[in-house]
Amino acid sequence: MASQKFQRGSSSTEPEFTTASLPDIVFMLLIFFMVATVLRETDIKVRTQLPQAEALTKIDQKRLISKLHIGPLKRGENQGDTAIQIDDALIEDQRTIRQIMYRKLQEQPKLIVSLKVDQESEMQIVNEVQQELREANALRINYSSNREGPPPS
Amino acid sequence: MPGLLEKRRSDRDEGTIPTAGMADIAFLLLIFFLVTTTINVDTGIGMTLPPKLKPEQKPPPVKERNLMNVLVNASGDVLVDEERARVAEIRDRVKTHVLNFGEDPSLSASPDDAVISIKTDAATPYNTYIEVLDEVWMSYREIWDQIARTNRLPGPDGGTAGLEQTYSSYREYYNQLGPDEDNQIRDTFGAQISIAEPDTGE
Repeated sequence: MASQKFQRGSSSTEPEFTTASLPDIVFMLLIFFMVATVLRETDIKVRTQLPQAEALTKIDQKRLISKLHIGPLKRGENQGDTAIQIDDALIEDQRTIRQIMYRKLQEQPKLIVSLKVDQESEMQIVNEVQQELREANALRINYSSNREGPPPS
Repeated sequence: MPGLLEKRRSDRDEGTIPTAGMADIAFLLLIFFLVTTTINVDTGIGMTLPPKLKPEQKPPPVKERNLMNVLVNASGDVLVDEERARVAEIRDRVKTHVLNFGEDPSLSASPDDAVISIKTDAATPYNTYIEVLDEVWMSYREIWDQIARTNRLPGPDGGTAGLEQTYSSYREYYNQLGPDEDNQIRDTFGAQISIAEPDTGE
């Protein structure tokens, strides 16, 4: 019985994995990660070192978020004046924030403005931006901050 | 000459592209994108700004006893109800204020009435502001933790919070919520944290 089985095994040709479809599988994974990867969304012209906090909430719906950066301008080694950046553009006049936000709110009524403020900024500019957001009726905000201590691995 | 060319062509077997290395190339690219991908989630402290008031409109009145004023000045000193306090004290101060249930006449009448107001100076560092705001939120978080663990509302006549089960923490409860489910803990025990109107200098 046993010898018969052995014989049958030896008579057949050497079994082999078919690796022909392996590249296909790998390519499929590759394409997924290529699509999911965001190398850098926007060119951030201001430095935003976020503060640390404990009572954090996550925003899972990325499409609701509009980012607003406040921080000193990046100018090589030394830092410039505090500036505001929305999407790709620096804001020259603070009064334009309300128009920009109002337009964004028309497109996305559940808009959340994520304030990415440098931790060394002063409250005056934050308050002014908040007043502008109130003018635009963009009331849902989020003070972007990182988890306290070293980031969880 | 033409004979040579013909001969060479006929010598060759069917030309095929070697596909053995294809998988390696694909793997290499895959690993690169695997490493560079950051499916990062935006984290932060969520707030809702008060709606814009019309010029003739006055802010809604809040009884003095229900209001807890937290003032932060430019050098990061904190004043809680006209008393100096350390940042680390805020958490307990907020808790005693919110969970007073009318006992102390200078503190809140009930958790639903309690309002924490945070006011900053123009030159207050943003870092300090977030630190203070975080402490206030954390004291609410601690109360919510308590509710999630016991499924009972705090207070002398604390009824059931209406949860289906108990959780080890508020975070655990929050994480299992679906996107369209209501946050029952926050609905029954809300946090009223207000960012005070900045001085206009008038």
